[in-house]
Amino acid sequence: MNGKTLVMGVIGADVHAVGIKILSHAFEEAGFNVVNLGVMVSQEEFIEAAIETAADAIVVSSLYGHGEMDCRGLREKCDEAGLVGIPMYVGGNLVVGKRNFAEVEQTFLEMGFTRAYPPGTTPEKGIEDISKDLGV
Amino acid sequence: MTLAVDFGSTFTKVTAISDTGIIGTAKAFTTIETDIREGLHTALTELNRQTGALDYTHRLAASSAGGGLKMVAVGLVPALTAKAASMAACSAGAKVVKTYSYELSDDEAGEIYDINPDLILLSGGTDGGNKDVILHNARVLGSIDRDFFVIIAGNKSAASEAAKIIGGNAVICKNVMPEFNTLDIMPAKDAIRALFMEKIIEAKGLGEAAKIFSTPIIPTPLAVFEGAQLLAESLGPLLAVDVGGATTDVYSMCTGMPTLPNVTQKGLPEPFAKRTVEGDLGMRYSMDALVDVAPELQAYQGNCIADPSFVPAPGSLESEYDAKLCGIAVDIAVERHSGHLERVFTPFGETYYQLGKDLSPIKYIIGIGGPIVYSGNPHGILENAIGDGQEILKPKNPKFLIDKKYIFGAMGLLSRINRELALRIIENECMEV
Ligand code: B12
Repeated sequence: MNGKTLVMGVIGADVHAVGIKILSHAFEEAGFNVVNLGVMVSQEEFIEAAIETAADAIVVSSLYGHGEMDCRGLREKCDEAGLVGIPMYVGGNLVVGKRNFAEVEQTFLEMGFTRAYPPGTTPEKGIEDISKDLGV
Repeated sequence: MTLAVDFGSTFTKVTAISDTGIIGTAKAFTTIETDIREGLHTALTELNRQTGALDYTHRLAASSAGGGLKMVAVGLVPALTAKAASMAACSAGAKVVKTYSYELSDDEAGEIYDINPDLILLSGGTDGGNKDVILHNARVLGSIDRDFFVIIAGNKSAASEAAKIIGGNAVICKNVMPEFNTLDIMPAKDAIRALFMEKIIEAKGLGEAAKIFSTPIIPTPLAVFEGAQLLAESLGPLLAVDVGGATTDVYSMCTGMPTLPNVTQKGLPEPFAKRTVEGDLGMRYSMDALVDVAPELQAYQGNCIADPSFVPAPGSLESEYDAKLCGIAVDIAVERHSGHLERVFTPFGETYYQLGKDLSPIKYIIGIGGPIVYSGNPHGILENAIGDGQEILKPKNPKFLIDKKYIFGAMGLLSRINRELALRIIENECMEV
């Protein structure tokens, strides 16, 4: 255990259940304490879970193409709830179709995410970055 | 031969039970101001007159005298540890006067001072999770100049520090929410029961009376809870409503899983056996919310406040007023106990989240307590528990029963030593209305 707690889940009305299982398992193997909220997770649920568990970061997965709509406002709500500056990560298939990822990334960074990942990103890449960001 | 005693806030009720059933009941005024044994003695004398002298092998008792087990629940997030703490306290038979979340403010500390609870259940944070808030709240509670006990059932990594801050009156037990969205309320329930037995019974002046009984005195709502659990063994999923002078209690025995299509369960897992207590819905001491719905009864409220022990004569105008108020209490209390649907819009259209229990398939509702049972129209009162099953998931098409002789508590007590007999009696004594 590296002492860091991550709250993760698939945001919005998204029911793709396989990826988050693999993702949470991979982060646990890497030493994180993972609070996996599963699929169909609202912004409020991410925030409430992060408060109770004193999470060090929030990891959002979105696979069905509506990530932009679902993620908007999450940073502001975190600030409001006292989770000021908590690192937030997002990955999966964030938008519909094959939009230029640099553009997509920019959108999510502007929304307050620490990092955003393109389709097909491996869990290992996320683990590497988040470990570095959280200093483990 | 078993004797079951209920030390109520107004009446001390005694029930004599043989191997074949109930052979007598009697009651007398509760005498908590002088010596609670006096009222018990009066009731027993009356019972003996009915049954002749009896040799009891078991003497069991429940009590809600002296305000019952008055509790406050404290947690972190309202829908998470605060709710878990409140659920634990309710399931232990407490009168949960208020539930607080996040950091307690000075105003809230003042409110707790005014409530003057017997016991506070302090939770907050999953194990290894948030510590700051529970420690802050421990400091606030420690500074309130009242004689309550505190059970700490929060983040285990902060529990001993919180106990040190509070000092002598704090007890530590396992976290009500050790992991996110995982409830573990039994340890807190046990800790509440132990403190009730060891300290609170004494503090309420029942210490000497407790020695008469073969098992420890438990809170009356816990006995009723166990009576309802027992009946559910034969009737299946059910709801019980107990309207009293100061509170309305609702008990549900069902999984409450979604029954409608396109509905996903959300929020904390719901216990199969669930109790909620509404401290603002009472027939005499807490009538404001009821009179809000029936403003024409304001003058009557004045009379009730002046004389809380007032019992209207059957068929009188006042008895109609009481029936009206009682129906409102049932309506609101069952609505709060029921789960509800929340509409969410998704890219694929509408869908629904269910929070709490879906009670729409419940087949039986049992009315308990004088205001329902002696109202002259228990059916009409209990109909207020019904809903259309649209947004609020109240029962849709139940049958109504009443606890005619007020034996739910007694059978809850008896079930602890003879489940089979208690079940047989409770099945016989519930009457359809
Ligand atoms: C199985 C599946 C379904 C099943 C899901 C069953 C279930 N309960 O899990 C069903 C049939 C229900 C379904 C429905 C839909 N699906 Co679908 N589905 C798939 C499919 C074929 C596989 C998904 C899967 O399990 N992959 C395997 C896992 C291991 O991979 P993964 O989910 O991508 O997750 C990994 C990585 O992405 C990464 N990752 C994920 N999140 C994050 C976050 C971070 C921070 C990091 C670092 C990494 C990371 O790590 C994960 C583990 O390795 C994909 C296509 C595909 N081949 O991916 C489409 C796909 C995801 N679905 C798609 C669509 C459009 C839908 C529907 C909208 C279809 C419709 N019109 O009804 C619905 C949406 C329903 C809903 N409300 O969510 C599209 C999404 C298109 C887009 N975003 O542009 C896809 C890509 C198919 C396609 N090419 O069109 N689907």
